[in-house]
Amino acid sequence: MASAMASVQLRVRDESKTGQNEPLLTISAQQCQWPVPQRSFATNSHDVFNVHHHTPDNNWETQFDFTDKNYELVSEIISRYPANYKASAVIPVLDVAQQQNKGFLSLAALNRVAKVLDMPEIRVYEVATFYTMFNRSKMGKYHVMVCGTTPCRLQGAEGIYEALHDHLGVGYGETTKDGLFTLGEMECMGSCVNAPMITVADYTKGVEGFSYNYYEDLTPEDAVSIVEQLRAGKSPKVGSQHRGKAEPVGAVQSGKWVSGPSGTVDTLVGKPRGPYCRNLDEPPPAEPKKEAKA
Amino acid sequence: MAACDAAGIDIPRFCYHQRLSIAGNCRMCLVEVEKSPKPVASCAMPAGPGMKIKTDTPLVKKAREGVMEFLLINHPLDCPICDQGGECDLQDQAMHFGSDRGRFTEMKRAVDDKNLGPLVKTVMTRCIHCTRCVRFATEIAGVQDMGITGRGRDSEVGTYVDKLLTSELSGNVIDLCPVGALTSKPFAFTARNWELKNTESVDVSDALGANIRIDSRGAEVMRIVPRLNEDVNEEWISDKARFQYDGLKRQRLSVPLVKGKDGGFRNAHWSEALLAIQQALKGVKGNEIKAIAGKLSDAEAMIALKDLMNRLGSGNLQHEAGFSDLDADVRSNYLMNTGISGIEKADAVLLIGSNPRLESPVFNARIRKMWLEGVPVYLIGSQVDLTYAYTYLGNSPEALTKVLKNSDALKRLKEAKRPAVIVGPGVLKRSDRDAVLQQVHGLVEKAEVVKEGWNGYNVLHDAASRVAALDIGFLPSARASAAPPAKFVYLLGSDDWQESDIPEGAFVVYQGHHGDRGASRADVILPAAAYTEKSATFVNTEGRAQRTKEAVPKPGDSREDWQILVALAEVLKQPLPYKTLNAVRERLAEVAPHLQHVDEREAPIWLNGEYFKAFASKAGKAAASNKEFRSSIDNFYMTDVISRSSQVMAKCVQAKGSMRQGSYAS
Repeated sequence: MASAMASVQLRVRDESKTGQNEPLLTISAQQCQWPVPQRSFATNSHDVFNVHHHTPDNNWETQFDFTDKNYELVSEIISRYPANYKASAVIPVLDVAQQQNKGFLSLAALNRVAKVLDMPEIRVYEVATFYTMFNRSKMGKYHVMVCGTTPCRLQGAEGIYEALHDHLGVGYGETTKDGLFTLGEMECMGSCVNAPMITVADYTKGVEGFSYNYYEDLTPEDAVSIVEQLRAGKSPKVGSQHRGKAEPVGAVQSGKWVSGPSGTVDTLVGKPRGPYCRNLDEPPPAEPKKEAKA
Repeated sequence: MAACDAAGIDIPRFCYHQRLSIAGNCRMCLVEVEKSPKPVASCAMPAGPGMKIKTDTPLVKKAREGVMEFLLINHPLDCPICDQGGECDLQDQAMHFGSDRGRFTEMKRAVDDKNLGPLVKTVMTRCIHCTRCVRFATEIAGVQDMGITGRGRDSEVGTYVDKLLTSELSGNVIDLCPVGALTSKPFAFTARNWELKNTESVDVSDALGANIRIDSRGAEVMRIVPRLNEDVNEEWISDKARFQYDGLKRQRLSVPLVKGKDGGFRNAHWSEALLAIQQALKGVKGNEIKAIAGKLSDAEAMIALKDLMNRLGSGNLQHEAGFSDLDADVRSNYLMNTGISGIEKADAVLLIGSNPRLESPVFNARIRKMWLEGVPVYLIGSQVDLTYAYTYLGNSPEALTKVLKNSDALKRLKEAKRPAVIVGPGVLKRSDRDAVLQQVHGLVEKAEVVKEGWNGYNVLHDAASRVAALDIGFLPSARASAAPPAKFVYLLGSDDWQESDIPEGAFVVYQGHHGDRGASRADVILPAAAYTEKSATFVNTEGRAQRTKEAVPKPGDSREDWQILVALAEVLKQPLPYKTLNAVRERLAEVAPHLQHVDEREAPIWLNGEYFKAFASKAGKAAASNKEFRSSIDNFYMTDVISRSSQVMAKCVQAKGSMRQGSYAS
């Protein structure tokens, strides 16, 4: 939790001094190493808390406003919904805010969204805390998320995590010391056929240059190489790292790419057995006429 | 569920509440409906014709047991140290539907407690996410501060940021909470509910007359909770009504005090104190005597004081910080003519010089309820957050003139079938009251606010005793204005008098229960009972007479107000013709018969606008100044001696002052 929680204020409630909001104890990063919190979460949100805690980069005084260009984008989003249901735009607008604000929604960003959409602030907080893809604490420039759902697990997602963990020196929910990478876990992204996979959210280029790319068919070395290319400012190959087109030419097995026997594809060949779907373009055959009985 | 309730069958519930929207998230109210494959949440299921509902089948029992088991998974086993213990819905229902053992071996979750201010204590680990408090804050109180953050088993009820619940009705979430997550902070760890004596009484912190239950132990008021009265307060009370009771234990006057020659007070016997008053009255002429009644005076005391003053030859009677010269001949002129619950029938509302949020928060919740149903609200007065949107028409008598001439608001009121005008207490306290009222009267006539079967002219008051004072004519007599400066002033629980009311050198008697401004000016202090210590009549802003009951004994040597006055009359050789409380009440009924009809509302008679004409001819052509309208209440938490003496109320003021206002980074 190096930079994500550089300073944590402990609030001890004192019944006799109600109404006073000063923290009784402030622990800064210099004073102690904050222990990695036990993530007892049911979800894999980046954030540990579902309430706001002040941090140096996210507190009462933090400012946020959309750029002029993004205001245009926001008003375009709002125009997609009926004028009296402006609040419907909250998720896409929060997304824009997150992209502009380097990957996380500060309190100020949430309040700004509430203001833009004429919503009570708490209703925006509710949405932002509910969805795990909204981050509410400081992020690295690249959010590297490892898929942890069953197909990827079976194909070695744990190995991918370990490789990234060893290489970057951070665990899930943590950010590297240089502030470049935040490691995270997420659920199925629908690329099971090319398992295992990671996703990288790129917050370096604002809203215009934002990308959310899948890197599939990964071996642990591939994952490390992708991270290194990102560090060097290059653009790693998006999509499957090992196959050119969608066909069963091989798979990652035990952390290695294993090609299928070339030319002798013996699965999923030939005409599949029935029963087949009826032809949807043709009208159904007319029912045999019942002969009228005399 | 409503159908089952009507049929007299109890369905267990946590999230359902008839005054809040339906959430359907606790699942405790599952019932079996014939032809439905699975149990149905009865709170969210509309009853249909011919529907057969089974509430006691094994399936229902099993379903409820299952729900209960899930609810108890994350609920701590801290009932012995929980303030809700003994009156907890979860506890009661767990006794019915809970298992005798748990199957849950994992860790229970723990949640940070939230800081909701000095009134509501939170133990969020106990929360079962019924969202009643969230719905109350959003729907009834109109403060969008509470919500559910997070998801799944990590969801938390709270405000997300450190924020106080900035509502005057926040205490009601304590009653709504079915578990011990939200409890009363001042009441915390002081008593168990089964050792309290319950006394049904009436609140005096504002003119609404909210029905309350005073829970006491021995001589101490431990807490105050609301009592159901659909016509007055539904089941809500304001934070002041609920939490000011600790003021009853501070600054109390418990023995008669007489000022010595050195200027210091010394304890005295009743006879000494009364004789000192007799001495002071020697040589004072009748018209040099003046009496001022306070905000918390009951009708019995005021009639006794009025009778005594009249016997002494004085008609110089005032009600403090009020409008002593208001013509109170016609009752419909100073009452809420629609009635408190009747206001909900209105289809357009105009507020004039009123901030009901401070003057009567529970009544304000009713206006909000109407607004939610689409009733337009117009405001001439200070532009403040009333918890609902309104069309602002200006803040001066000039704006009133403008509305009167021609405006959309006037048109809208005219079109409305049942328009209502609410005049705030601030208007009646203006120096140019007559001129402003004439304009209001003009508006009422022009917009046809009063018509067949509907009287929408309403006056909202801010003090519990005011309507009773007007009803029994506790007003200066016609010749009072010509009286010489008073040499003897009798303060009946009055602390908010103006400097000009008490001339320098006048002999002042203060009769009341708290040592405040009035007592510090007094020469003789007579200790009296507070509203929790006596049975007394109060009339609320709609003209409903209600009685408080004696919940706790009076402290020290203090007496009920009317007793003191009867004793004083005897010492002054002007005995009053009543010696018992019933006799006083008979006398009250002679003056104002409706004061005897307790808990009933005597609807005032409208004299077909004749009163307006009489008012206009009496007041003559007065010009309204262009002073802005102001509410008569600046500080909601401190309006009378009790709330001023309360530490809890002081904490509220402090917390509100230190709070961050609104949004900070935009």
